[in-house]
Amino acid sequence: MDFISNHAVLVVSLIKIAVLLFVVMTALAYLTWFERKVVARIQSRWGPYYVGAHGLLQPLADGLKFLFKEDLTPPSSDRFVYILAPFLALSLALTTLALIPFGPPSIQVLGQPVFVIANSNIGLLFLFAITSIGVYGVALAGWSSNSKYPLLGGLRSSAQMISYEVSLTLSVVGVLLLAGSFSFNGIIERQAGNIGHWNVWPQIVGFLCYITAAIAETNRVPFDLPEAETELVAGFHTEYSSFKFAMFFMAEYANMITVSCLATILFFGGWLSPLPDSWTWQLYLPGAGLIALGLYCAYDTVKEMRGIARLQLSVVTLMALVAGAICLMPPVMHVIQGPFWFVAKVGLFIFFYVWIRGTLPRFRYDQLMSFGWKLLLPVSLANLVVTALVILLVKR
Amino acid sequence: MSFPVILFFICAAMAVLGAILLIVAREPIHSALSLILVMVSLAILYLLLGAEFIAAVQIIVYAGAIMVLFVFVIMLLNAGVEERTSWSKMAKYAGMPLAIFLLLEIAHWVWRASVGAKVANGAGAAQAAFSTHDLAMALFQQYLFPFEATSILILIAILGALVLAKRSE
Amino acid sequence: MVPISYYLVLSGVLFGLGVIAFIFKRNIITIFMAIELMLNAVNLAFVAFARARNQLDGLVFVFFVIVVAAAEAAVGLAIVIIISQNRRSLNVEDVNLLKF
Repeated sequence: MDFISNHAVLVVSLIKIAVLLFVVMTALAYLTWFERKVVARIQSRWGPYYVGAHGLLQPLADGLKFLFKEDLTPPSSDRFVYILAPFLALSLALTTLALIPFGPPSIQVLGQPVFVIANSNIGLLFLFAITSIGVYGVALAGWSSNSKYPLLGGLRSSAQMISYEVSLTLSVVGVLLLAGSFSFNGIIERQAGNIGHWNVWPQIVGFLCYITAAIAETNRVPFDLPEAETELVAGFHTEYSSFKFAMFFMAEYANMITVSCLATILFFGGWLSPLPDSWTWQLYLPGAGLIALGLYCAYDTVKEMRGIARLQLSVVTLMALVAGAICLMPPVMHVIQGPFWFVAKVGLFIFFYVWIRGTLPRFRYDQLMSFGWKLLLPVSLANLVVTALVILLVKR
Repeated sequence: MSFPVILFFICAAMAVLGAILLIVAREPIHSALSLILVMVSLAILYLLLGAEFIAAVQIIVYAGAIMVLFVFVIMLLNAGVEERTSWSKMAKYAGMPLAIFLLLEIAHWVWRASVGAKVANGAGAAQAAFSTHDLAMALFQQYLFPFEATSILILIAILGALVLAKRSE
Repeated sequence: MVPISYYLVLSGVLFGLGVIAFIFKRNIITIFMAIELMLNAVNLAFVAFARARNQLDGLVFVFFVIVVAAAEAAVGLAIVIIISQNRRSLNVEDVNLLKF
């Protein structure tokens, strides 16, 4: 016990890292399920349906498939760089999650904030620093595969990423000017109040630039030409198989989650609630939502015909109902508010991402590059200049 | 052996290892990766010294943009294994020992220099990190002219690179 | 805390290794990278002195050095690409048309 209180920082950080990794890996797995279901419904089909009730065990099946596939290495590739690239991509994508606050820093255990792992003064700047090194995962993967399609795909993909990185960073500077600080907590606190105080209203242009640049930065449709199947086979990860391919896959989704978390924090108030604080009934929302989900699953269980699916759904129902009951207990009720709103907003962003994927066609590469340099960059710069002017005039 | 000293030695070892790998590597892409290792360890050292903004700028600009440019050029020019021309006898038997002697001499005199001794314990007291606000104030008030001149320099560099790239077609 | 002289010695060692790489390597791009290594060593010395004297001016200098290194890398690599197309090789010994 003495050891724990002496080394509180270390112990609490390790526990937080373990919990966050577990939650994020599960979220990544079920994000693939979510994407396949939503895109399928947009395209008027069902999506994963057979593996588990409503396809809920599909990520498990996919994970097992990846583990058991044959692990090929191209014979004349550069071994060290070939193995380094997916590790680099995945570790950088997961490291950015250490900087993100999921809830208010005031909730503490042993003097350490519970909901953020690395509470830094320049959190935003470091997040961009880690994102800018993420280009290497793609470029080195393309190079080390020692083959035409990966090389071209890797070059195109990394050129796209560094081009849109400039617009990404510039579109966020407007928010920085308003908040006056690089730290995430400072930016969130500046948006305190209800939904009318969020940064998205004064910075709507910045938000649109940010979303566009973020979709391009994470190589998603409509900007995913370098890795589209109909174009360059599979782009920079053509020559990768089994677990290394799974790592690239996970890195892409982790980047998606990071960018959505960043959008929430910068423009939509982070873990703040959109409703005014005087409406105390909002404290019951998380619990009520989970219990509603549990009741829907119970109804679905009764309707299901197949035996094993019925068993799985009843487990899900039980978990939802128990979680809802826990969230309605008074001590948990106050603590869970921050993360609940944060996760809800991030979920909305991810739904938006997947919605765009199911709806839009992809850009051609030259259209993509000219859009990034000739349209997005000047618009971000203009947003920055206008924001600075307005702040200056208002301060006078 | 407090935590900052241990961290310093780990990062210093990583930096020197990266520099030695840069010299020893047979392929330019490995040299580029070792240089990135050096830059990242230097960024951690800047953080230890309290210069947080400079550490972030080092990673964003140096490791994240300049080295990407190097990696692109290596990939585009398909720079393969470097051909090993045999060194002249002079280089092998006189050059390398002299080079190592240069290294040791620089290190020795830096260690013994009065500046080093005087400020050796200056960092003993816990000092606040340099704030971005103060750095911005210095940059835009006292050093405004070099700032504007540097922005013109970057403009010239962009134009120069564009002209050179167009001419090669 | 770490004495400043440790940082200066590290800066000197890195600079020396950069000089060694610059002199002994044959590939143009690797020589360029040695130049960047030397610039980084100098940056470390600047930041160490800024901390020692508790003044920001060292950091402003580092800022300018990084920016100038970026500009120089861009133009220099453009020149390297043209040289490699003209001489068909990246060996610095092959750029010898003006050699006596």
